[in-house]
Amino acid sequence: MSDVVKPVLQVNGLTKVFDRRLACQDISFTLHRGEVLGIVGESGSGKSTLLKCLAGLMPPDAGNITLSLPDREECDLWRLEEAERERLLPTILAIIHQNARDGLRLDVSAGGNISEPLMTNGHRHYGTLRSVAMEWLKNVEIDPARVDDLPQTFSGGMQQRLQIARGLVTHPQLVLMDEPTGGLDVSVQAKLLDLLRRLVREFNLAVVIVTHDLGVARLLSDRLMVMQSGRVIETGLSDRVLEDPRQPYTQLLVSSVLQV
Amino acid sequence: MLDDLALNGEAEEYSYGFLDEQTKRMIRRAILKAVSIPGYQVPFGDREIPLPPGWGTGGIQVTASIIGKTDCLKVIDQGADDTTNAVSIRRFFARVARVNTTESTGEATIVQSRHRIPERPLQDDQILVMQVPQPEPLRRLVTSEVETRKLHAFARYGLMQVRLYEDIARYGNIVMSHDYPVRVHDRYLASPSPVPKFDNPKLHRSRALTIFGAGRERRIYAIPPFTDVRSIDFDDHPFERQKWQSCCARCGAEDSYLDEMLLDDAGNTQFVCSDTSYCNDRLSEGASR
Ligand SMILES: Nc1ncnc2c1ncn2[C@@H]1O[C@H](COP(=O)(O)OP(=O)(O)OP(=O)(O)O)[C@@H](O)[C@H]1O
Ligand SMILES: [Mg+2]
Ligand SMILES: [Zn+2]
Repeated sequence: MSDVVKPVLQVNGLTKVFDRRLACQDISFTLHRGEVLGIVGESGSGKSTLLKCLAGLMPPDAGNITLSLPDREECDLWRLEEAERERLLPTILAIIHQNARDGLRLDVSAGGNISEPLMTNGHRHYGTLRSVAMEWLKNVEIDPARVDDLPQTFSGGMQQRLQIARGLVTHPQLVLMDEPTGGLDVSVQAKLLDLLRRLVREFNLAVVIVTHDLGVARLLSDRLMVMQSGRVIETGLSDRVLEDPRQPYTQLLVSSVLQV
Repeated sequence: MLDDLALNGEAEEYSYGFLDEQTKRMIRRAILKAVSIPGYQVPFGDREIPLPPGWGTGGIQVTASIIGKTDCLKVIDQGADDTTNAVSIRRFFARVARVNTTESTGEATIVQSRHRIPERPLQDDQILVMQVPQPEPLRRLVTSEVETRKLHAFARYGLMQVRLYEDIARYGNIVMSHDYPVRVHDRYLASPSPVPKFDNPKLHRSRALTIFGAGRERRIYAIPPFTDVRSIDFDDHPFERQKWQSCCARCGAEDSYLDEMLLDDAGNTQFVCSDTSYCNDRLSEGASR
């Protein structure tokens, strides 16, 4: 029993309704450490909604989100007391937004941005916070000398990398990314993807990444989940889904990309 | 202003302490709640209170609700008893509550104050009432009330710490010198009101009850006697009070908060106690010795 590694995340029958419109319908999947799950699908198919439910930002209307964490009993995210959930989430989960500005404090230095999650978790040693911040700047390939600069002085790609540093500094087990490479130049995107791949391996992260870029999906994710109108219509290993799509919608998605 | 109000109409027309009984009861309920949840900001009703805003109405409402005929009231503004504001509040209560007033910290049963906490440690039988313009310590960082409430509910105060971090990163030390936030009883983050951080340690395990009244924002919070009050800081950048090179030029005190005063037109200055009652007490003690 104990030698079977439980998935970090188990989602079962997740459903979310907005004004009687089903944004997410009966979604189930599991995710292990070191694994990257890509979610693809057209605009409005419910990708961000799913991510918000997973991130503790929005309660689902039905279904369970079960977390299995070391040194903790298995728990259902939305059955925890609100205070308990709010205390737990910043220590185990990070969310990387499409727009770095949503995930950063623009009036706070790079170092302050990276240190904040640690301070929220109770760290109180300035010297340590600062050296950890510089370490993380290096980790995301930003010159540590820029630790006191404001994010406004950073390029789009750098801001995104700063956001990633801020997200990963607490060593979360679970990372949720909503279009992390959207809005970036292709060359900047490629660099960011390399970085993400390295970090996933280095920290054995469990990652859910939402994207409508199949190239990104192929490069980063082990498995793919294809969504349409709030439902998962196809799921499998990324290579299989992309090379041998079974659903007509997935076939359309793949062929339309190939045509471009 | 306050004089005008109290003088309006016949002396008999207002209730004892100026506020009507209903209003006082409402404020007392808020005070009781505030005392039982140290540092938590208790909102109090939206009943209109006939006092001009911006004149320490939060403090006046609290004082008016707790004062009785046997009380002796001291009012200070920036440490002094003789500023226009302090004098008019003192006169106001002498009239509407028929209480004795004093300039001596030791004699007072209630001290209403703005910008300072008296140097002489307050005792069990004294209550300190602070006038507060902005009760929310997180307001300068978070504009949304919903958001600040949530941060308090989950005691998520990393953001306040970020502000200190930024100070050190930018200036080498924490430059925030007034209204320096405190954690009360290891739980709520609270604003000590715009007192110099020099006064923060006086709140720690004070023998006196401290009640904070914010009139415009309609909030009351309190620090009960003997409560732990910790100024937030870093392990390697601990909280420090302001320090001066010199002592008070009048009384020689080395342990009080000093104001720089202009001596002459040539621009020469000297440092004297900001707490005039403390300074005078020391002078007369010295003279009688
Ligand atoms: N807060 C909300 N209130 C009402 N409806 C919403 C809300 N958020 C999302 N929706 C609806 O739910 C559906 C799914 O939206 P969602 O944002 O999850 O799509 P998405 O897959 O992330 O799309 P995109 O690729 O454009 O980001 C849409 O029909 C959307 O209009
Ligand atoms: Mg979306
Ligand atoms: Zn003096």
